[in-house]
Amino acid sequence: MDNELASLTVIFTEFYYWVTIPLMFLIHVGFCMYEVGASRWRNHMHTLMKNTMLIPLVTVTFYFFGWWIYFAFPNGPWITGELLSAPWAEPWNELMGTHMGGPPAGSDITADDTAFWARINGVFWAAFLLFSWTAASIVSGSVIERIRPTAFWILAVLIGSFCWIIDAAWGWHPDGWMVQVLGYHDAYASGVIHAIAGGFALGILIVLGPRINKFRADGTPRNINPQNPWMVTLGLFIIYVGFWGFYVACNVPIIDIQSGDGVFYSATNIYLGPTTLSAITFNFLMSLSGGLLMAYLVSNGDAFWTYSGGLAGIITASAGNDLYHPVQAMLIGAVGCWVAYKMHFWVERKFKIDDAVGAVAVHGYAGFLGVVIAGFMLWGYPASPNPEYAHINPLGNFIGAIIMFGVLGFLPGYVGARILHGFGILRVPKEIELAGLDLGEIHNRALDKQELAEAREATERELTGAK
Amino acid sequence: MATGQIESWAGTIADIGPMYPFVGTEMIWVIAGVVFWLAWHVIQAKKESREWEEDLRKFGGKQLPGEEYFDH
Repeated sequence: MDNELASLTVIFTEFYYWVTIPLMFLIHVGFCMYEVGASRWRNHMHTLMKNTMLIPLVTVTFYFFGWWIYFAFPNGPWITGELLSAPWAEPWNELMGTHMGGPPAGSDITADDTAFWARINGVFWAAFLLFSWTAASIVSGSVIERIRPTAFWILAVLIGSFCWIIDAAWGWHPDGWMVQVLGYHDAYASGVIHAIAGGFALGILIVLGPRINKFRADGTPRNINPQNPWMVTLGLFIIYVGFWGFYVACNVPIIDIQSGDGVFYSATNIYLGPTTLSAITFNFLMSLSGGLLMAYLVSNGDAFWTYSGGLAGIITASAGNDLYHPVQAMLIGAVGCWVAYKMHFWVERKFKIDDAVGAVAVHGYAGFLGVVIAGFMLWGYPASPNPEYAHINPLGNFIGAIIMFGVLGFLPGYVGARILHGFGILRVPKEIELAGLDLGEIHNRALDKQELAEAREATERELTGAK
Repeated sequence: MATGQIESWAGTIADIGPMYPFVGTEMIWVIAGVVFWLAWHVIQAKKESREWEEDLRKFGGKQLPGEEYFDH
Protein backbone atom coordinates (compact mmCIF):
# COMPACT_ATOMS: atom_id res chain seq x y z
CA MET A 1 0.00 0.00 0.00
CA ASP A 2 2.99 2.27 -0.45
CA ASN A 3 2.33 3.39 -4.04
CA GLU A 4 -0.82 4.71 -5.66
CA LEU A 5 -1.25 2.07 -8.35
CA ALA A 6 -0.89 -0.87 -5.97
CA SER A 7 -3.18 0.82 -3.45
CA LEU A 8 -5.82 1.56 -6.07
CA THR A 9 -5.75 -2.04 -7.28
CA VAL A 10 -6.17 -3.44 -3.78
CA ILE A 11 -8.79 -0.94 -2.65
CA PHE A 12 -10.71 -1.30 -5.93
CA THR A 13 -10.78 -5.06 -5.43
CA GLU A 14 -11.90 -4.62 -1.82
CA PHE A 15 -14.62 -2.19 -2.87
CA TYR A 16 -15.67 -4.36 -5.81
CA TYR A 17 -16.44 -7.36 -3.62
CA TRP A 18 -18.01 -5.14 -0.99
CA VAL A 19 -20.49 -3.85 -3.58
CA THR A 20 -21.49 -7.37 -4.55
CA ILE A 21 -22.58 -8.10 -0.99
CA PRO A 22 -25.57 -5.72 -0.67
CA LEU A 23 -26.54 -6.66 -4.23
CA MET A 24 -26.56 -10.34 -3.30
CA PHE A 25 -28.41 -9.53 -0.09
CA LEU A 26 -31.32 -8.75 -2.39
CA ILE A 27 -31.41 -12.41 -3.40
CA HIS A 28 -32.37 -13.23 0.14
CA VAL A 29 -34.95 -10.47 0.26
CA GLY A 30 -36.41 -11.89 -2.92
CA PHE A 31 -36.43 -15.44 -1.63
CA CYS A 32 -38.23 -14.38 1.54
CA MET A 33 -40.91 -12.51 -0.42
CA TYR A 34 -41.24 -15.35 -2.87
CA GLU A 35 -41.64 -18.02 -0.20
CA VAL A 36 -44.03 -16.05 1.95
CA GLY A 37 -46.12 -15.23 -1.11
CA ALA A 38 -46.18 -18.90 -2.10
CA SER A 39 -47.22 -20.09 1.35
CA ARG A 40 -50.77 -20.02 2.67
CA TRP A 41 -51.81 -17.28 5.08
CA ARG A 42 -51.66 -19.46 8.17
CA ASN A 43 -48.01 -20.28 7.48
CA HIS A 44 -46.68 -16.85 6.49
CA MET A 45 -44.71 -15.97 9.61
CA HIS A 46 -43.27 -19.44 10.01
CA THR A 47 -42.13 -19.38 6.40
CA LEU A 48 -40.55 -15.96 6.82
CA MET A 49 -38.69 -16.78 10.03
CA LYS A 50 -37.51 -20.13 8.72
CA ASN A 51 -35.71 -18.40 5.88
CA THR A 52 -34.63 -15.36 7.88
CA MET A 53 -32.89 -17.25 10.66
CA LEU A 54 -30.70 -19.17 8.26
CA ILE A 55 -28.89 -15.85 7.78
CA PRO A 56 -27.24 -15.72 11.22
CA LEU A 57 -26.81 -19.48 11.50
CA VAL A 58 -25.05 -19.89 8.17
CA THR A 59 -23.07 -16.70 8.76
CA VAL A 60 -21.55 -17.74 12.07
CA THR A 61 -20.83 -21.28 10.94
CA PHE A 62 -19.32 -20.06 7.71
CA TYR A 63 -17.07 -17.91 9.88
CA PHE A 64 -16.22 -20.80 12.21
CA PHE A 65 -15.41 -23.41 9.58
CA GLY A 66 -16.88 -22.79 6.11
CA TRP A 67 -14.29 -20.30 4.95
CA TRP A 68 -11.43 -22.49 6.08
CA ILE A 69 -12.86 -25.46 4.15
CA TYR A 70 -12.63 -23.55 0.88
CA PHE A 71 -8.89 -23.11 1.19
CA ALA A 72 -8.07 -26.38 2.95
CA PHE A 73 -10.06 -28.83 0.80
CA PRO A 74 -9.07 -28.25 -2.87
CA ASN A 75 -7.27 -31.60 -2.90
CA GLY A 76 -10.29 -33.42 -1.50
CA PRO A 77 -8.44 -33.86 0.86
CA TRP A 78 -6.71 -37.12 -0.02
CA ILE A 79 -8.06 -37.28 -3.59
CA THR A 80 -5.12 -35.50 -5.20
CA GLY A 81 -3.23 -34.44 -2.10
CA GLU A 82 -3.26 -33.50 1.55
CA LEU A 83 -5.30 -31.02 3.53
CA LEU A 84 -3.87 -27.59 2.74
CA SER A 85 -2.75 -25.05 5.29
CA ALA A 86 -4.93 -21.91 5.31
CA PRO A 87 -4.21 -19.99 8.50
CA TRP A 88 -5.77 -16.74 7.21
CA ALA A 89 -9.15 -18.48 7.12
CA GLU A 90 -9.04 -20.00 10.59
CA PRO A 91 -11.58 -18.25 12.83
CA TRP A 92 -9.00 -17.46 15.51
CA ASN A 93 -6.53 -15.95 13.05
CA GLU A 94 -5.79 -12.24 13.25
CA LEU A 95 -6.61 -11.89 9.53
CA MET A 96 -10.20 -12.86 10.33
CA GLY A 97 -10.49 -9.53 12.13
CA THR A 98 -9.77 -5.84 11.72
CA HIS A 99 -6.26 -5.57 10.33
CA MET A 100 -4.22 -2.93 8.51
CA GLY A 101 -1.90 -5.38 6.82
CA GLY A 102 1.20 -4.61 8.88
CA PRO A 103 3.48 -7.18 10.46
CA PRO A 104 1.62 -10.16 11.92
CA ALA A 105 1.20 -10.43 15.67
CA GLY A 106 1.29 -14.23 15.56
CA SER A 107 3.77 -16.64 14.09
CA ASP A 108 1.39 -18.69 11.91
CA ILE A 109 1.21 -16.15 9.09
CA THR A 110 3.77 -14.13 7.18
CA ALA A 111 4.06 -10.48 6.27
CA ASP A 112 3.02 -11.45 2.73
CA ASP A 113 -0.13 -13.04 4.13
CA THR A 114 -1.10 -9.90 6.02
CA ALA A 115 -0.30 -7.63 3.09
CA PHE A 116 -2.50 -9.70 0.75
CA TRP A 117 -5.40 -10.73 2.97
CA ALA A 118 -5.91 -7.81 5.35
CA ARG A 119 -8.19 -5.92 2.94
CA ILE A 120 -9.58 -8.82 0.97
CA ASN A 121 -10.37 -11.50 3.53
CA GLY A 122 -13.58 -10.02 4.92
CA VAL A 123 -15.16 -8.98 1.64
CA PHE A 124 -14.14 -12.20 -0.11
CA TRP A 125 -15.50 -14.20 2.84
CA ALA A 126 -18.77 -12.29 2.68
CA ALA A 127 -19.11 -12.75 -1.08
CA PHE A 128 -18.83 -16.50 -0.60
CA LEU A 129 -21.08 -16.34 2.44
CA LEU A 130 -23.88 -14.81 0.41
CA PHE A 131 -23.63 -17.81 -1.92
CA SER A 132 -24.00 -19.96 1.20
CA TRP A 133 -27.21 -18.18 2.12
CA THR A 134 -28.46 -18.66 -1.41
CA ALA A 135 -27.77 -22.39 -1.34
CA ALA A 136 -29.72 -22.78 1.90
CA SER A 137 -32.46 -20.42 0.76
CA ILE A 138 -33.04 -22.41 -2.43
CA VAL A 139 -33.75 -25.43 -0.25
CA SER A 140 -35.97 -23.41 2.07
CA GLY A 141 -38.61 -22.71 -0.56
CA SER A 142 -39.16 -26.30 -1.54
CA VAL A 143 -39.93 -27.52 1.99
CA ILE A 144 -42.31 -24.80 3.16
CA GLU A 145 -45.41 -25.43 5.26
CA ARG A 146 -44.35 -28.70 6.86
CA ILE A 147 -40.68 -28.80 7.90
CA ARG A 148 -39.80 -28.00 11.50
CA PRO A 149 -37.56 -24.96 11.89
CA THR A 150 -35.22 -26.95 14.16
CA ALA A 151 -34.60 -29.44 11.38
CA PHE A 152 -34.39 -26.90 8.59
CA TRP A 153 -31.79 -24.79 10.37
CA ILE A 154 -29.55 -27.80 10.95
CA LEU A 155 -29.90 -28.70 7.28
CA ALA A 156 -29.24 -25.08 6.30
CA VAL A 157 -25.92 -25.17 8.14
CA LEU A 158 -25.12 -28.50 6.48
CA ILE A 159 -25.64 -27.18 2.94
CA GLY A 160 -24.61 -23.57 3.56
CA SER A 161 -21.43 -23.99 5.55
CA PHE A 162 -20.32 -27.48 4.66
CA CYS A 163 -21.55 -29.20 1.48
CA TRP A 164 -21.52 -26.28 -0.93
CA ILE A 165 -18.17 -24.95 0.19
CA ILE A 166 -16.64 -28.40 -0.26
CA ASP A 167 -17.89 -28.38 -3.83
CA ALA A 168 -16.48 -24.88 -4.23
CA ALA A 169 -13.08 -26.08 -3.01
CA TRP A 170 -13.25 -29.00 -5.45
CA GLY A 171 -14.72 -27.39 -8.55
CA TRP A 172 -14.69 -23.63 -8.05
CA HIS A 173 -11.14 -23.01 -6.89
CA PRO A 174 -8.28 -22.38 -9.32
CA ASP A 175 -6.52 -25.47 -7.95
CA GLY A 176 -9.52 -27.63 -7.07
CA TRP A 177 -9.00 -31.31 -7.85
CA MET A 178 -12.01 -31.37 -10.19
CA VAL A 179 -10.48 -28.53 -12.21
CA GLN A 180 -7.10 -30.23 -12.28
CA VAL A 181 -8.23 -33.75 -13.10
CA LEU A 182 -11.64 -33.46 -14.76
CA GLY A 183 -11.24 -30.08 -16.46
CA TYR A 184 -14.43 -29.06 -14.63
CA HIS A 185 -15.73 -25.67 -15.70
CA ASP A 186 -18.63 -23.91 -14.01
CA ALA A 187 -17.84 -20.21 -14.09
CA TYR A 188 -21.11 -18.81 -12.65
CA ALA A 189 -22.04 -21.79 -10.52
CA SER A 190 -24.69 -23.76 -12.44
CA GLY A 191 -23.55 -26.80 -10.54
CA VAL A 192 -21.58 -25.33 -7.68
CA ILE A 193 -24.58 -23.53 -6.20
CA HIS A 194 -27.72 -24.45 -8.11
CA ALA A 195 -27.37 -28.16 -8.85
CA ILE A 196 -26.12 -28.92 -5.36
CA ALA A 197 -28.94 -26.97 -3.71
CA GLY A 198 -31.53 -28.60 -5.98
CA GLY A 199 -30.14 -32.06 -5.26
CA PHE A 200 -30.04 -31.34 -1.54
CA ALA A 201 -33.67 -30.18 -1.61
CA LEU A 202 -34.73 -33.30 -3.50
CA GLY A 203 -33.04 -35.52 -0.92
CA ILE A 204 -34.95 -33.81 1.88
CA LEU A 205 -38.26 -33.82 0.02
CA ILE A 206 -38.19 -37.58 -0.44
CA VAL A 207 -37.96 -38.06 3.31
CA LEU A 208 -40.15 -35.12 4.29
CA GLY A 209 -43.09 -36.03 2.08
CA PRO A 210 -45.71 -33.78 0.49
CA ARG A 211 -47.89 -31.19 2.18
CA ILE A 212 -51.15 -32.59 3.47
CA ASN A 213 -53.69 -32.66 0.70
CA LYS A 214 -51.16 -31.99 -2.06
CA PHE A 215 -52.08 -35.25 -3.78
CA ARG A 216 -55.55 -36.63 -4.30
CA ALA A 217 -56.46 -40.15 -3.29
CA ASP A 218 -55.77 -41.32 -6.84
CA GLY A 219 -52.28 -39.80 -6.67
CA THR A 220 -52.81 -36.88 -9.01
CA PRO A 221 -51.33 -33.61 -7.75
CA ARG A 222 -53.40 -30.63 -6.67
CA ASN A 223 -52.11 -27.20 -7.56
CA ILE A 224 -51.71 -25.23 -4.33
CA ASN A 225 -51.71 -21.73 -5.73
CA PRO A 226 -49.57 -18.97 -4.22
CA GLN A 227 -51.49 -16.97 -1.62
CA ASN A 228 -50.05 -13.74 -3.00
CA PRO A 229 -48.97 -14.03 -6.65
CA TRP A 230 -47.87 -10.41 -6.81
CA MET A 231 -45.49 -10.90 -3.89
CA VAL A 232 -44.10 -14.04 -5.52
CA THR A 233 -43.38 -12.33 -8.80
CA LEU A 234 -41.93 -9.26 -7.12
CA GLY A 235 -39.70 -11.55 -5.05
CA LEU A 236 -38.47 -13.24 -8.20
CA PHE A 237 -37.82 -9.85 -9.81
CA ILE A 238 -35.70 -8.91 -6.80
CA ILE A 239 -33.81 -12.19 -7.11
CA TYR A 240 -32.96 -11.16 -10.69
CA VAL A 241 -31.45 -7.95 -9.32
CA GLY A 242 -29.47 -9.82 -6.71
CA PHE A 243 -28.29 -12.24 -9.36
CA TRP A 244 -26.22 -9.42 -10.86
CA GLY A 245 -24.26 -9.25 -7.64
CA PHE A 246 -23.86 -13.00 -7.75
CA TYR A 247 -22.35 -12.81 -11.22
CA VAL A 248 -20.04 -9.95 -10.32
CA ALA A 249 -18.85 -11.78 -7.22
CA CYS A 250 -17.86 -14.76 -9.34
CA ASN A 251 -15.10 -12.69 -10.95
CA VAL A 252 -11.72 -11.44 -9.88
CA PRO A 253 -11.96 -7.80 -11.01
CA ILE A 254 -8.37 -6.90 -11.81
CA ILE A 255 -5.32 -9.09 -12.01
CA ASP A 256 -2.30 -9.53 -14.25
CA ILE A 257 -3.16 -12.51 -16.43
CA GLN A 258 -0.17 -12.43 -18.77
CA SER A 259 1.91 -15.54 -18.39
CA GLY A 260 5.64 -15.19 -19.04
CA ASP A 261 6.98 -11.74 -19.93
CA GLY A 262 4.76 -8.71 -20.09
CA VAL A 263 1.77 -7.48 -18.16
CA PHE A 264 -1.94 -7.57 -19.03
CA TYR A 265 -4.57 -6.61 -16.50
CA SER A 266 -8.07 -7.99 -16.86
CA ALA A 267 -11.03 -9.34 -14.99
CA THR A 268 -11.05 -13.12 -14.71
CA ASN A 269 -13.45 -15.85 -13.79
CA ILE A 270 -13.03 -17.70 -10.49
CA TYR A 271 -10.44 -19.98 -12.10
CA LEU A 272 -8.33 -16.92 -12.99
CA GLY A 273 -9.13 -17.47 -16.68
CA PRO A 274 -9.71 -14.31 -18.73
CA THR A 275 -13.18 -12.86 -19.24
CA THR A 276 -14.75 -9.41 -19.23
CA LEU A 277 -17.62 -7.80 -17.36
CA SER A 278 -18.94 -6.85 -20.76
CA ALA A 279 -19.14 -10.50 -21.82
CA ILE A 280 -21.04 -11.60 -18.76
CA THR A 281 -23.42 -8.68 -19.07
CA PHE A 282 -24.32 -9.76 -22.61
CA ASN A 283 -24.76 -13.34 -21.53
CA PHE A 284 -26.63 -12.73 -18.31
CA LEU A 285 -29.32 -10.74 -20.09
CA MET A 286 -29.50 -13.00 -23.12
CA SER A 287 -29.83 -16.17 -21.05
CA LEU A 288 -32.44 -14.48 -18.86
CA SER A 289 -34.33 -13.58 -22.02
CA GLY A 290 -34.07 -17.08 -23.45
CA GLY A 291 -35.49 -18.48 -20.24
CA LEU A 292 -38.31 -15.95 -20.05
CA LEU A 293 -39.33 -16.44 -23.68
CA MET A 294 -39.41 -20.21 -23.39
CA ALA A 295 -41.14 -20.18 -20.01
CA TYR A 296 -43.92 -17.94 -21.24
CA LEU A 297 -44.58 -20.29 -24.13
CA VAL A 298 -44.34 -23.56 -22.27
CA SER A 299 -46.38 -22.40 -19.26
CA ASN A 300 -48.99 -20.58 -21.34
CA GLY A 301 -48.08 -17.28 -19.75
CA ASP A 302 -48.23 -18.42 -16.14
CA ALA A 303 -46.54 -15.62 -14.18
CA PHE A 304 -44.96 -17.82 -11.53
CA TRP A 305 -43.37 -20.12 -14.08
CA THR A 306 -42.43 -17.34 -16.48
CA TYR A 307 -40.40 -15.58 -13.80
CA SER A 308 -38.93 -18.86 -12.57
CA GLY A 309 -38.09 -19.72 -16.16
CA GLY A 310 -36.02 -16.55 -16.42
CA LEU A 311 -33.98 -17.81 -13.50
CA ALA A 312 -33.72 -21.27 -15.04
CA GLY A 313 -32.41 -19.67 -18.23
CA ILE A 314 -29.61 -17.86 -16.43
CA ILE A 315 -28.80 -20.89 -14.31
CA THR A 316 -28.50 -23.20 -17.32
CA ALA A 317 -26.14 -20.89 -19.17
CA SER A 318 -24.13 -19.88 -16.12
CA ALA A 319 -21.54 -22.64 -16.28
CA GLY A 320 -20.17 -21.21 -19.54
CA ASN A 321 -21.38 -17.63 -19.49
CA ASP A 322 -17.81 -16.37 -19.22
CA LEU A 323 -17.13 -17.62 -22.75
CA TYR A 324 -20.40 -18.20 -24.63
CA HIS A 325 -21.65 -16.03 -27.46
CA PRO A 326 -24.77 -14.15 -26.31
CA VAL A 327 -27.05 -15.98 -28.74
CA GLN A 328 -25.67 -19.29 -27.53
CA ALA A 329 -26.44 -18.17 -23.99
CA MET A 330 -30.00 -17.28 -25.01
CA LEU A 331 -30.67 -20.63 -26.68
CA ILE A 332 -29.06 -22.62 -23.86
CA GLY A 333 -31.20 -20.67 -21.40
CA ALA A 334 -34.32 -21.52 -23.37
CA VAL A 335 -33.48 -25.22 -23.52
CA GLY A 336 -32.73 -25.34 -19.81
CA CYS A 337 -35.97 -23.65 -18.98
CA TRP A 338 -37.98 -26.12 -21.08
CA VAL A 339 -36.27 -29.09 -19.46
CA ALA A 340 -36.73 -27.71 -15.93
CA TYR A 341 -40.44 -27.05 -16.50
CA LYS A 342 -41.15 -30.47 -17.99
CA MET A 343 -39.05 -32.28 -15.41
CA HIS A 344 -40.80 -30.55 -12.51
CA PHE A 345 -44.25 -31.79 -13.46
CA TRP A 346 -43.05 -35.21 -14.56
CA VAL A 347 -41.25 -35.82 -11.25
CA GLU A 348 -44.23 -34.46 -9.32
CA ARG A 349 -46.66 -36.84 -11.03
CA LYS A 350 -44.36 -39.85 -11.19
CA PHE A 351 -42.72 -39.77 -7.76
CA LYS A 352 -45.22 -37.66 -5.75
CA ILE A 353 -42.56 -35.10 -4.90
CA ASP A 354 -44.07 -31.89 -3.56
CA ASP A 355 -41.54 -29.19 -4.40
CA ALA A 356 -43.59 -26.18 -3.35
CA VAL A 357 -41.74 -23.59 -5.42
CA GLY A 358 -40.15 -25.67 -8.15
CA ALA A 359 -36.68 -25.16 -6.67
CA VAL A 360 -35.42 -28.63 -7.54
CA ALA A 361 -36.32 -28.02 -11.17
CA VAL A 362 -35.26 -24.40 -11.57
CA HIS A 363 -31.98 -24.81 -9.68
CA GLY A 364 -31.27 -28.52 -9.63
CA TYR A 365 -32.20 -29.83 -13.07
CA ALA A 366 -31.33 -26.60 -14.89
CA GLY A 367 -28.00 -26.38 -13.02
CA PHE A 368 -27.15 -29.99 -13.77
CA LEU A 369 -28.00 -29.55 -17.43
CA GLY A 370 -26.02 -26.31 -17.59
CA VAL A 371 -22.85 -28.02 -16.42
CA VAL A 372 -23.32 -30.84 -18.93
CA ILE A 373 -23.95 -28.43 -21.81
CA ALA A 374 -20.84 -26.41 -20.92
CA GLY A 375 -18.77 -29.58 -21.20
CA PHE A 376 -19.82 -29.91 -24.85
CA MET A 377 -19.90 -26.24 -25.78
CA LEU A 378 -16.46 -25.47 -24.33
CA TRP A 379 -14.84 -28.78 -25.23
CA GLY A 380 -11.07 -28.30 -25.53
CA TYR A 381 -10.87 -24.93 -23.80
CA PRO A 382 -8.37 -24.70 -20.95
CA ALA A 383 -10.09 -25.13 -17.60
CA SER A 384 -7.37 -23.12 -15.92
CA PRO A 385 -4.40 -20.90 -16.80
CA ASN A 386 -2.25 -23.72 -15.42
CA PRO A 387 -1.18 -25.62 -18.57
CA GLU A 388 -0.77 -28.84 -16.61
CA TYR A 389 -4.46 -29.08 -15.74
CA ALA A 390 -7.05 -30.93 -17.82
CA HIS A 391 -9.02 -29.18 -20.54
CA ILE A 392 -12.78 -28.77 -20.45
CA ASN A 393 -14.52 -31.87 -21.81
CA PRO A 394 -18.01 -33.42 -21.80
CA LEU A 395 -17.16 -36.38 -19.57
CA GLY A 396 -15.40 -34.25 -16.98
CA ASN A 397 -18.32 -31.86 -16.70
CA PHE A 398 -20.85 -34.72 -16.68
CA ILE A 399 -19.02 -36.38 -13.79
CA GLY A 400 -18.81 -32.98 -12.16
CA ALA A 401 -22.56 -32.48 -12.50
CA ILE A 402 -23.17 -35.84 -10.83
CA ILE A 403 -20.82 -34.91 -7.99
CA MET A 404 -22.58 -31.58 -7.50
CA PHE A 405 -26.19 -32.74 -7.75
CA GLY A 406 -25.84 -36.26 -6.42
CA VAL A 407 -22.79 -36.74 -4.22
CA LEU A 408 -22.61 -33.38 -2.48
CA GLY A 409 -26.28 -32.40 -2.88
CA PHE A 410 -28.81 -35.21 -2.90
CA LEU A 411 -26.90 -37.62 -0.66
CA PRO A 412 -26.23 -35.31 2.31
CA GLY A 413 -29.76 -33.91 2.04
CA TYR A 414 -31.31 -37.37 2.10
CA VAL A 415 -29.08 -38.71 4.89
CA GLY A 416 -29.45 -35.55 6.97
CA ALA A 417 -33.23 -35.63 6.63
CA ARG A 418 -33.29 -39.35 7.47
CA ILE A 419 -31.35 -38.73 10.68
CA LEU A 420 -33.60 -35.85 11.70
CA HIS A 421 -36.65 -37.94 10.83
CA GLY A 422 -35.22 -40.70 13.03
CA PHE A 423 -35.10 -38.27 15.92
CA GLY A 424 -38.68 -37.27 15.19
CA ILE A 425 -37.87 -33.62 14.56
CA LEU A 426 -38.09 -33.34 10.78
CA ARG A 427 -41.77 -32.59 10.27
CA VAL A 428 -44.31 -30.57 12.20
CA PRO A 429 -47.09 -32.51 13.92
CA LYS A 430 -49.98 -33.14 11.55
CA GLU A 431 -52.49 -31.26 13.71
CA ILE A 432 -50.27 -28.18 13.63
CA GLU A 433 -49.77 -28.48 9.88
CA LEU A 434 -53.49 -28.61 9.33
CA ALA A 435 -54.29 -25.76 11.67
CA GLY A 436 -51.44 -23.64 10.38
CA LEU A 437 -47.86 -23.37 11.56
CA ASP A 438 -48.24 -19.79 12.69
CA LEU A 439 -50.68 -20.83 15.38
CA GLY A 440 -47.89 -22.86 16.86
CA GLU A 441 -45.44 -20.01 16.73
CA ILE A 442 -47.43 -17.23 18.34
CA HIS A 443 -45.83 -16.65 21.68
CA ASN A 444 -47.02 -15.23 24.94
CA ARG A 445 -50.71 -15.50 24.38
CA ALA A 446 -53.27 -18.21 24.25
CA LEU A 447 -54.83 -19.30 21.01
CA ASP A 448 -58.40 -18.12 20.96
CA LYS A 449 -61.42 -19.93 19.65
CA GLN A 450 -61.74 -17.64 16.68
CA GLU A 451 -58.22 -18.42 15.46
CA LEU A 452 -58.83 -22.13 15.75
CA ALA A 453 -62.18 -21.85 14.05
CA GLU A 454 -60.64 -19.89 11.18
CA ALA A 455 -57.90 -22.48 10.79
CA ARG A 456 -60.39 -25.31 10.71
CA GLU A 457 -62.57 -23.43 8.26
CA ALA A 458 -59.62 -22.76 5.97
CA THR A 459 -58.57 -26.37 6.07
CA GLU A 460 -62.06 -27.50 5.21
CA ARG A 461 -62.16 -25.04 2.36
CA GLU A 462 -58.95 -26.39 0.92
CA LEU A 463 -59.95 -29.99 1.35
CA THR A 464 -63.24 -29.52 -0.39
CA GLY A 465 -61.74 -27.27 -3.05
CA ALA A 466 -64.21 -24.54 -2.20
CA LYS A 467 -63.20 -20.94 -2.58
CA MET B 1 -5.53 0.60 30.96
CA ALA B 2 -5.57 -0.22 27.26
CA THR B 3 -7.31 -3.17 25.63
CA GLY B 4 -5.47 -2.80 22.32
CA GLN B 5 -1.97 -2.26 21.03
CA ILE B 6 -2.66 1.07 19.38
CA GLU B 7 -1.97 4.18 21.39
CA SER B 8 -1.73 6.74 18.59
CA TRP B 9 -2.47 7.03 14.86
CA ALA B 10 0.59 9.25 14.45
CA GLY B 11 3.08 6.45 13.91
CA THR B 12 3.81 4.52 10.70
CA ILE B 13 0.48 3.13 9.52
CA ALA B 14 2.21 0.36 7.58
CA ASP B 15 3.37 -1.06 10.88
CA ILE B 16 -0.16 -1.56 12.18
CA GLY B 17 -1.34 -5.16 12.20
CA PRO B 18 -4.41 -6.40 14.07
CA MET B 19 -6.53 -3.53 15.39
CA TYR B 20 -9.16 -5.22 17.53
CA PRO B 21 -8.92 -5.31 21.31
CA PHE B 22 -7.42 -8.19 23.29
CA VAL B 23 -5.12 -9.45 20.52
CA GLY B 24 -3.86 -12.89 21.47
CA THR B 25 -7.11 -14.06 23.06
CA GLU B 26 -8.84 -14.98 19.80
CA MET B 27 -9.19 -18.66 20.60
CA ILE B 28 -11.17 -17.90 23.76
CA TRP B 29 -13.58 -15.71 21.81
CA VAL B 30 -14.00 -18.37 19.14
CA ILE B 31 -14.75 -21.06 21.74
CA ALA B 32 -17.31 -18.78 23.37
CA GLY B 33 -18.84 -18.12 19.96
CA VAL B 34 -19.08 -21.81 19.07
CA VAL B 35 -20.66 -22.58 22.45
CA PHE B 36 -23.19 -19.80 21.86
CA TRP B 37 -24.04 -21.20 18.41
CA LEU B 38 -24.48 -24.79 19.61
CA ALA B 39 -26.43 -23.70 22.69
CA TRP B 40 -28.75 -21.72 20.45
CA HIS B 41 -29.71 -24.85 18.52
CA VAL B 42 -30.31 -26.83 21.73
CA ILE B 43 -32.37 -24.12 23.42
CA GLN B 44 -34.37 -23.39 20.27
CA ALA B 45 -35.13 -27.07 19.72
CA LYS B 46 -36.36 -27.49 23.28
CA LYS B 47 -38.50 -24.35 23.09
CA GLU B 48 -39.99 -25.48 19.80
CA SER B 49 -40.84 -28.92 21.17
CA ARG B 50 -42.50 -27.35 24.20
CA GLU B 51 -44.51 -25.03 21.99
CA TRP B 52 -45.73 -27.82 19.73
CA GLU B 53 -46.73 -29.88 22.79
CA GLU B 54 -48.53 -26.93 24.30
CA ASP B 55 -50.41 -26.26 21.07
CA LEU B 56 -51.36 -29.89 20.74
CA ARG B 57 -52.63 -29.83 24.31
CA LYS B 58 -54.73 -26.76 23.51
CA PHE B 59 -56.26 -28.49 20.52
CA GLY B 60 -57.45 -31.03 23.10
CA GLY B 61 -56.91 -34.05 20.92
CA LYS B 62 -59.87 -33.14 18.77
CA GLN B 63 -59.51 -34.35 15.26
CA LEU B 64 -59.20 -31.48 12.89
CA PRO B 65 -60.99 -31.52 9.59
CA GLY B 66 -58.99 -33.26 6.92
CA GLU B 67 -56.93 -35.35 9.27
CA GLU B 68 -58.06 -38.45 7.49
CA TYR B 69 -56.24 -37.13 4.42
CA PHE B 70 -52.92 -37.15 6.22
CA ASP B 71 -50.96 -39.65 4.23
CA HIS B 72 -47.41 -39.31 5.51
